[in-house]
Amino acid sequence: MAGEFGKPEVIQEEVDILLIGGGMACCGAAYEIMRWAEAAKKEVGVDLKIKLVDKAAMDRSGAVAQGLSAINTYIGPEQDPADYARMVSNDLMGITRDDLAYDLGRHVDESVHLFEEWGLPIWKTDENGERHDGSKGLPTLKDGGKPVRSGKWQIMINGESYKWIVAEAAKKALGMDRIQERIFIVKLVNDKNDPNRIAGAVGFSTRDHTVHVYKFKACLLAAGGCVNLFRPRSVGEGQGRAWYPVWNAGSTYAMAAEAGAELTMMENRFVPARFKDGYGPVGAWFLLFKAKAVNALGEVYMDRNKEMLNDYPPYGLAAVPASCLRNHLMLKEMKEGRGPIYMDTVSALAKLKETLSPREVKHLEAEAWEDFLDMCIGQCGVWVGENIEPEKKNSELMPTEPYLLGSHSGCCGIWVSGPEDLGAPKAEEHAEAGKVPGHLPSGWSWGYRSMTTVKGLFTAGDGVGASGHKFSSGSHAEGRICAKSMVKFCIDNKDWKPELDTDINTLVEEIYKPVRTYLEHKDYTTAIDINPHYITPKMLQFRLQKIMDEYVAGVATYYTTNAHMLKVAEEKLEMLKEDAMKMRAKDLHELLRAWENYHRIITAEAHMKHIQFREESRYPGFYYRMDKNFVDEENWKCFVNSIYDKTTHKWTVFKRKHVDLVDKSKLFKPAAH
Amino acid sequence: MPTFVRTDKCDGCKGQDKTACMYICPHDLMMLDKDGSATGHAMKAYNQEPEQCWECYSCVKICPQQAIEARHYADIVPLGGSVQPLRGTDSIMWTIKFRNGTLKRFKFPIRTTPEGSIDPFGGKPEAKMENITKSGFFNQENGYRAGNPAELIRK
Repeated sequence: MAGEFGKPEVIQEEVDILLIGGGMACCGAAYEIMRWAEAAKKEVGVDLKIKLVDKAAMDRSGAVAQGLSAINTYIGPEQDPADYARMVSNDLMGITRDDLAYDLGRHVDESVHLFEEWGLPIWKTDENGERHDGSKGLPTLKDGGKPVRSGKWQIMINGESYKWIVAEAAKKALGMDRIQERIFIVKLVNDKNDPNRIAGAVGFSTRDHTVHVYKFKACLLAAGGCVNLFRPRSVGEGQGRAWYPVWNAGSTYAMAAEAGAELTMMENRFVPARFKDGYGPVGAWFLLFKAKAVNALGEVYMDRNKEMLNDYPPYGLAAVPASCLRNHLMLKEMKEGRGPIYMDTVSALAKLKETLSPREVKHLEAEAWEDFLDMCIGQCGVWVGENIEPEKKNSELMPTEPYLLGSHSGCCGIWVSGPEDLGAPKAEEHAEAGKVPGHLPSGWSWGYRSMTTVKGLFTAGDGVGASGHKFSSGSHAEGRICAKSMVKFCIDNKDWKPELDTDINTLVEEIYKPVRTYLEHKDYTTAIDINPHYITPKMLQFRLQKIMDEYVAGVATYYTTNAHMLKVAEEKLEMLKEDAMKMRAKDLHELLRAWENYHRIITAEAHMKHIQFREESRYPGFYYRMDKNFVDEENWKCFVNSIYDKTTHKWTVFKRKHVDLVDKSKLFKPAAH
Repeated sequence: MPTFVRTDKCDGCKGQDKTACMYICPHDLMMLDKDGSATGHAMKAYNQEPEQCWECYSCVKICPQQAIEARHYADIVPLGGSVQPLRGTDSIMWTIKFRNGTLKRFKFPIRTTPEGSIDPFGGKPEAKMENITKSGFFNQENGYRAGNPAELIRK
């Protein structure tokens, strides 16, 4: 029987492999892993015990919970993984791991073909070039059906139930007896005999009074990116309307960092320019409906300001300039007083209607609405409230608050072992190689694909840094790649027994500390939220958001900072981290928020430290270090990586060399002047 | 916009241990007020943290009584509009009402196979241990893109 509030029952379980998370990456892993586990049992007699834990319900968890209107990564038979790796690299200003992007590119379509087999409707183009939704029975992609390309890499879907479908396959593959929902893992535990190895994880149920302690040989940590670490543009009810899911709390980065894993490119962030306030997607509007973004005077700022792209060779000179640079050109309009910025939906739809039949026009209107209804219903809420019909009235665009993620158009995350067959470096050869802490691996591959620098700890999706643009399908494929690799790891370590470096009572006390703090002090004052002995998770989050917004290049300063401001942020974050030990939790729901916000703080600190270390402005339009407002290819075309010491609470930040595995020059046209 | 639960429609999922909306909410927002102490409405669900609502509509879509709707974020959106789905097994119907009374309806497919019909490994090959360190998955569905080796400049 479960315990009571403040006195949780402790449930211990030993498995071989724990999957932490229930999003696209863990669903991919759940699917792939069972076949390899069967093979391991049959061929080498190793019977693996596998479990998946999700803090939500798999049918609607992760970034795809609401649905999607497109699959953004589908290579297709006519493109090469090298083309994909080139695109990823340029969009992220040249500093990505070609080995990871290329490997993803060769695998990802396999997952898309499965989605379609399982029942995901994928739009098709018929022989006359007309578009059809995915329920019309045209040939599947696997059988040569032609997708509707909204861009070079994107294909359109009827994706309201995308996650529901992918979760059904994952749940059936794994079996419900191997799945536990509403378990929030908050901490990884290192091995007693090897501090650079993972041996367990602890978390709690948000539904009953139980703490769960898992021991394992390997785990896949894929718990999403980080949202709401910066003050959002809406601070009332609307703060929930984040662009990326509000439940992505940086748990992946924070738990990995505390376990000693090497992080990479944590200075990178994504600042999507989206429909204002609702954060509706712009991809289909730009790529499928051919709309232009204009300033208040109706001028296309990408044309008006195109000379600014020449300031950032070669990344500004590609046919599609890097995402941050497109923001850079938009911000000039806003700062010089030519806002608001609009998506010119009126002209775009009028132009399309010139050549369409009335039936096709009706279909086009439905497509435009479906784009939001499938993945961002909140934007429809803004449209109906403001009486916006896109054929009659243009909608405002706005760059959002910053987000940290590794699967969309961002590349922060964890440094992982890559494939061995693509020519990646095997050693660390650069001037500052001596500053890389000695216990960390050299080169880009150390045996098990997708393993972090901590033995037994694997990651995928938003967790994998220095890649990006994998999106939903790529995260699924990356989870599958991990699954294979973890099975191999467990076979190779079949006789190894995990031992936790911390005793269980200490772990339980640590997890339930916010509850203890609350119970101990709640009767000191008459107002439950005002008490000198504790801070509510909500106020702690507001403090974090204020620091990040005002000092670490949030919207308040038009994404600008400098070394002095970062120094102030550093001090304030340290005190915030100390005060996080005084968070209260008046119920299990607040305990969930307390730990989510602790994860946000660690993630935010990593972001700040990396921006501080990188003495240039690598991502103009996403952030500017005004004291180093340039891209410095000579000194900073390198990875910035870091490790965190959970005992001293200090970060060590260092460089790793970047090399190209595919030729990038194919992307660029010569400079215009 | 946060979601809200209508008192005239919610039946607390008929006294089951947890309601459908509690089961599905990705952000742990929906609560069943068993004794009415939180809301004054016993055995009905409510959104306990509206400012954390992503408006993903997971609760709206799953509610067996269609008791959940959304009132768009009050700090952003003028009142009077509504966006309401009715999700079936193979399609979803949307009724969209503007502040000025304009009404639109759309129907989109959501899946091409019956719910619950996925046979994950049906007709698929077994994995072979000899391939475990090689590139590729246990099955090949005509989607593996081997790539042109000449593109790899360091190999």
